[in-house]
Amino acid sequence: MTGAGMAPRDFLTDRLMLGLVVLVALVLGMPSLKPLFATLFPRLDRPLYEAESFVSLTLDHMALVGASSLAAIMLGGGAGIAVTRPWGREFRGLLETVATMGQTFPPVAVLALAVPVMGFGPEPALIALTLYALLPVVENTVAGLDGVPAPVLDSARGLGMGPAEVLFRVELPLAAPVILAGIRTAVIINVGTAAIASTVGAKTLGLPIIVGLNGSNQAYVIQGALIVAALAVVIDAGFDRLAGWLTRWSQR
Amino acid sequence: MIEFEQVTKRFGSWTAVDAVSFTVAEGEFRVLIGPSGSGKSTVLRMINRLIPADEGAIRIDGEDIASLKPEELRRRMGYVIQSVGLFPHWTVERNIATVPGLLGWPKARIRDRVTELLELLNLDPRRYRGAYPHQLSGGQQQRVGVARALAAEPRILLMDEPFSALDPITRASLQTELSAIHRRTGTTVVFVTHDMDEALRLGDRIAVMDHGRLIQCATPLDILTRPASPLVRDLVGREEWGLKRLAVETVGDRARRQESVTGEPLAAETPLHRALSEMVARGTERLPVVDGDGRPAGVLHLSDLVRPTSGGVVPGGTA
Repeated sequence: MTGAGMAPRDFLTDRLMLGLVVLVALVLGMPSLKPLFATLFPRLDRPLYEAESFVSLTLDHMALVGASSLAAIMLGGGAGIAVTRPWGREFRGLLETVATMGQTFPPVAVLALAVPVMGFGPEPALIALTLYALLPVVENTVAGLDGVPAPVLDSARGLGMGPAEVLFRVELPLAAPVILAGIRTAVIINVGTAAIASTVGAKTLGLPIIVGLNGSNQAYVIQGALIVAALAVVIDAGFDRLAGWLTRWSQR
Repeated sequence: MIEFEQVTKRFGSWTAVDAVSFTVAEGEFRVLIGPSGSGKSTVLRMINRLIPADEGAIRIDGEDIASLKPEELRRRMGYVIQSVGLFPHWTVERNIATVPGLLGWPKARIRDRVTELLELLNLDPRRYRGAYPHQLSGGQQQRVGVARALAAEPRILLMDEPFSALDPITRASLQTELSAIHRRTGTTVVFVTHDMDEALRLGDRIAVMDHGRLIQCATPLDILTRPASPLVRDLVGREEWGLKRLAVETVGDRARRQESVTGEPLAAETPLHRALSEMVARGTERLPVVDGDGRPAGVLHLSDLVRPTSGGVVPGGTA
């Protein structure tokens, strides 16, 4: 499917495009929905969250998710590669235990523990989200690399590829779909978890939700949640597209 | 030339290869055969250092391979395995271009070489160059596997049961093509198999292994007629021994030079079991023979098939 020849019907059934349109419309058009929320919640004095613009909340939310996911990909992917090398094999059990522990810790607990050390703001949130995203990335990197067929590795080495060539030309491209699935899980979890990070002072789409919950303002909660949900849909659809592109050779 | 000198390999307490010594001559087609666990694949994989030897020395053209970088050593050898191991995310062209690419050949030369190899292995370049491995049949995949191994014109070709997983017809045609390629390029081939018919058909010399030891290393004719142990005799088998015996000699070896007879002639390089089949099919006991240039080269008599000059009966008893 190419953008140039896209029929209107394709456009409506394309999750990514549709999600993007809804997301942009919600982020930019939320203020114009004020009358709607006023009608739905007649008892509220302020039916629209106006302390921050939804544009800046969304951008900050995405930046936090992006930075923490990137950190998790670098750390988790690197560690996953390391423990599947001959020299790192011994640390595999340790790594998997640590990553599982990172996942078992409730994010709120990590946030609460990080605050005394790092103070309020985006930093403790970044730490918590990174730890949280680590497990799926580590697990899928190891599983993806394990899944590369032994004969393919045997012939890669037998033909004279060095360790780096085997890794970058053969193992990572073949493991990419599985690794990507792990990253996808990590990022989607983080889109939701980043909202909670507002409790420690990170500016995210969780802010209207937290403020709304504290002040019994359901309209705020709905406004924040709608955009978080749309963002998750767009990112998920984007990963879908990327996964298809990565495995395009197998679809011929 | 490949030399093994007292080479030993142990995996834990198990000795996979036990003080093996042998030499493979330049341009020879050497088959390694033996039951599973005999150490034949281990020997093969020690030649390109996929498995390091524990003791002894392995030399190629007099040079100890332990002194070479494994990657450089491997790029000088072709490597083909039973499960093919094509890179599934690369096209046929890119798969074949693997070693030339690693060696930094110019693009145009690689492209020409890929075309040449696809034609050599009977794959239409226009049709298969851009195909992915999963779009090919098993036989076509192994053709690409052989082409990939030959890409950088290696002087040594290592093959680990390359045709074992193929159907009999595909296997036979790949054996024929491999023989032709070997004759034409003069590449030294080390070929592992557990199939004695394949070994007899392809090998200049056959090395029989058992429990990590080299039992016998001889020509197909000697393996058939002078087996060094009961194991070798069992590997050959009693069934159709006579036909196997005929298969290792050609019509030219037995034809009576001075005679002539009318009829559709056989080429001098035809194996004798085919000649026998031809006699049965035509209901005759004599067939005319021609040499490579189509000139008359004598007559083959049925009686000469049955009573050869030497080694004509099953060793160790009746069949």
